[in-house]
Amino acid sequence: MAQIPQQFQDWFAAKGWSIHPHQQEMLDRATDPALLLIAPTGGGKTLAGFLPSLAELADGTHKGLHTLYISPLKALAADIKRNLRTPVEDMGLPIRIEDRTGDTSQTQKKRQRADPPHILLTTPESLALLTSYEDAPRMFAGLRRVIVDEIHALAESKRGDQMFLALSRLQATCPDLKRVGLSATVEDPDAIAYLLAKHPDPCQIIHADPGPAPDIQMLVTEEAPPWSGSGGKYAIPAVLEQVKQHKTTLIFHNTRAQAELYFHNIWLANDDQLPIGIHHGSLDRQQREKVEAAMVAGHLKAIVCTGTLDLGIDWGDVDLIIQVGAPKNVKRLVQRIGRANHRYNAPSKALLVPANRFEVVECVAALEAVKAGALDGDPRGPGPRDVLCQHILIVAAAGPFNANALFDQVTTVGAYSTLSRADFDACLDFCATGGYALRAYDQWKRLQQRPDGLWQLRDPRSAQRIRMNIGTIQDTDTLKVRFKGRGGKPLGEIEEGFAATLTPGDTFLIGGQIVRYDSLREMTVQVTRDAAKKPKIATFLGTKFATSTQLSHRIIEMFQQKDWPDLPPHTAEWLKLQRKVSRLPEPGRLLIESFPHDGRVHTAVYGFAGRNAMQTLGLLLTKRMEETGLNPLGFLATDYATLIWGLDPIRDPGPLFDINGLRDGLERWLSGNAVMKRTFRASATIAGLIERNSPSARKSGRQATFSSDILYDTLAKYDPDHLMLSITQQEAMRGLVDFGRIEEMAARVEGRIDLIELDRVTPLAAPLMLEVGRVPVKGLAEEKLLAAEAERLMSTAGLPPEPQKRDWRVPF
Amino acid sequence: MNMCDITLAGAALKALGSGALYWPAQDLLCVSDLHLGKSERIARRGGTQLPPYETRDTLARLASDLDATGARKVICLGDSFDDLSAAMALPDAERLWITRLQAGRHWVWIEGNHDPGPIEYGGTHLAELAEGPLTFRHIASPAETAEVSGHYHPKATLHARGRAITRPAFLIDEDRLIMPAYGTYTGGLRSHDPALTGLMKPGAHAVLTGARPMRIPMPR
Repeated sequence: MAQIPQQFQDWFAAKGWSIHPHQQEMLDRATDPALLLIAPTGGGKTLAGFLPSLAELADGTHKGLHTLYISPLKALAADIKRNLRTPVEDMGLPIRIEDRTGDTSQTQKKRQRADPPHILLTTPESLALLTSYEDAPRMFAGLRRVIVDEIHALAESKRGDQMFLALSRLQATCPDLKRVGLSATVEDPDAIAYLLAKHPDPCQIIHADPGPAPDIQMLVTEEAPPWSGSGGKYAIPAVLEQVKQHKTTLIFHNTRAQAELYFHNIWLANDDQLPIGIHHGSLDRQQREKVEAAMVAGHLKAIVCTGTLDLGIDWGDVDLIIQVGAPKNVKRLVQRIGRANHRYNAPSKALLVPANRFEVVECVAALEAVKAGALDGDPRGPGPRDVLCQHILIVAAAGPFNANALFDQVTTVGAYSTLSRADFDACLDFCATGGYALRAYDQWKRLQQRPDGLWQLRDPRSAQRIRMNIGTIQDTDTLKVRFKGRGGKPLGEIEEGFAATLTPGDTFLIGGQIVRYDSLREMTVQVTRDAAKKPKIATFLGTKFATSTQLSHRIIEMFQQKDWPDLPPHTAEWLKLQRKVSRLPEPGRLLIESFPHDGRVHTAVYGFAGRNAMQTLGLLLTKRMEETGLNPLGFLATDYATLIWGLDPIRDPGPLFDINGLRDGLERWLSGNAVMKRTFRASATIAGLIERNSPSARKSGRQATFSSDILYDTLAKYDPDHLMLSITQQEAMRGLVDFGRIEEMAARVEGRIDLIELDRVTPLAAPLMLEVGRVPVKGLAEEKLLAAEAERLMSTAGLPPEPQKRDWRVPF
Repeated sequence: MNMCDITLAGAALKALGSGALYWPAQDLLCVSDLHLGKSERIARRGGTQLPPYETRDTLARLASDLDATGARKVICLGDSFDDLSAAMALPDAERLWITRLQAGRHWVWIEGNHDPGPIEYGGTHLAELAEGPLTFRHIASPAETAEVSGHYHPKATLHARGRAITRPAFLIDEDRLIMPAYGTYTGGLRSHDPALTGLMKPGAHAVLTGARPMRIPMPR
């Protein structure tokens, strides 16, 4: 057993603590090349990660950077800095600790590069930026250890891929670098260990005592949840009662729009004026920081929030978590609850608040899964090539490089360990020449090979452009919202698509207040205050997760029960009603309901394949309906169903749902649809084909920019084998397309389809009608609508409608 | 082929869904803001390497409009090339294509702000052109009338049953017509922009391009 230094023993003793077994094990294994610690929050996880570093640094002999700490959140880095300073100052250790994030000042950043601290706390993006400087090898020269916090969150995203690629470069500079990962409970620790270690190094996994099982229940209310809707408004009195009984409550929502609406409603009911704040990613930074400060100071009884509060920030004395809306994924639920409670050895307490009766079923299914200890999760595929392209550019920005050496380095990253040389070369060629079949850019290459074989930037000035565009986080197109007038207060951001639907006078919620749309000025939405009670809700996206396969199956199984003693009576009644007027989805069958609503034919397909796959199904089905003249107008997808509306009904679903037909359709369809275009935009931005920021960006945005859709269409037409299209297809298939789960659905159904025609909306379909995220079908129906609307506008304006005449033809 | 009839200073014109303007009486086709060679210019100036296919795509659409209308006279209303170097740098295949399109046609290049001065392509180079009652120039002059111009790349949005549809658009009132950009790599300026609302009279219309060109009151 490694002896901890005397001053540490004294410090532990003075605090009345004893070292946790997992902390001791981390010290014992300090020389392992890679270590993954799985521990609940509050279990001294951070200290366990840093103990070996503090011990090594205690004698003050190390010069320069020793330990790099990387976390997915800026706020977490700042938090750790605060917490780490306590033991360092208590023990009088000669250790300098600094953080470096997007918020760090330029002077501070410059100084850090010249004279780095012993321990640097940073984020994946800031690290990638650091490695892009020519002087990176000097700055990282003495680096011994790297600690990746919340690695389970990073492992699921491209931010993680980028970080592991950056680590491969540090490892090349410092071959002896030790890696430590800190993770919450996950379903597959080996997969994360594989990502963490330098391939093929081994990685020991250390499990800390998981603490007592969480106490999770469904909130029982006097009032039944509504038939439909996603707000959870009905439960507000019960939630307020819980807030009163606890010290601090976090109220989680799945989307920002829901959080906004809920916050608005909770204040309308907050007769006791309990201090309650709101926090989500669309809010202006200043506003968020205000809430965070109030929270840490203990001034708030509750915070209405979204996933931005998900990670292990120290939020003071949180003793209750309330999840409004179905949790979608058992693992995330468990992590969310485990993390928010920072008192080790006390069971975390959480309440689930289903927003409608369908979600009651989902919540009960999730509770069963938690009880059974069944976490869910799908393995991630190989490392994405768009991130690799950006990595190659970052490497080039740091200086000339050898392609063979870089390839060897990249394949030491777990996610890229199976990367083929051909794929790597294609990415390199893309970075150098654009990779087009038409070799148009030989004169204007971005990278060129020198006589000595090394690759370098043709124009050294492009390093600046590369640095300005580092990162893999995709902002949806958002517009800033401000109060009208000079220096109007910034409120936050809304999606451009949502802003486009606003007309002056429309009201929406942001930051908990109702505002009225006034005008759009220089890409800023100007608003005024509005005293209205009912806003038009902002449809900003927030992250939408798909309900896991496992949870979906549990739900269908639950439907088969004769009655439902575990469900509250109102929900059981609802299912009974659905069984009476239509039927309930069954395992091994596919239920389709068809009914008229609002002058259009609606078709609800209960596929239970998760949001993304149901979205893809919607795209494929509407495409085939378009081809067969059923005039679909649009669709929306939820985790359990796809709802399609259009001008004509489906009569014969068999051929539409044939999996071979769907698969064929997928191939044809993949080339021209909105999901692909959205994926293309994201991947092309990451890979450096589209620049979010450029040094000379003209502010007016006048006809200077054009839509990335045009680039996609052009590539698809003239260069269909181009790397970016191949990347887009791969990304879409595993991300937004999720075709695997459609295959899973088809295999489970095997053609057993029940089409039921009804004269009105069914109980099960009702919640669908209120979902946001409608996808328009740009087909013949759109031209028809456009013509009708144009005619209406012209006649409203007192003008004769366009005469319907025969198509004009040129006499040849 | 779908087109929309519009009249300016007594001239009977047809707005094509592609964004070209056809004048049957003069056997004339007008296109504006082709921005040929844009991808080359962006790469040359240190930007990214966009798919280098926009010139052939633009020319293919122009060829198809010329085929369909059989127009004998062509006016390129300025910003035909993204800049003069881009005009010089067009690959031989694309130069030849332009020459083929010009064969047997009276071809006029109007100067734009991107391509001022003569370019080394056949045809006539003019700052502006008077044709019948109309004057063709790149940038609208507020004081003039009976004028066809381009430059602004107008686009217009129509809200149809909760859906916003945005398309490049012709803008027209009794004094002037502003053409949409024809080039493949061109963005648009919303018709709400003061630059456009200031130029167009209150009763102006917009003709949305697309499979079937659609006339609506100009959104402002």
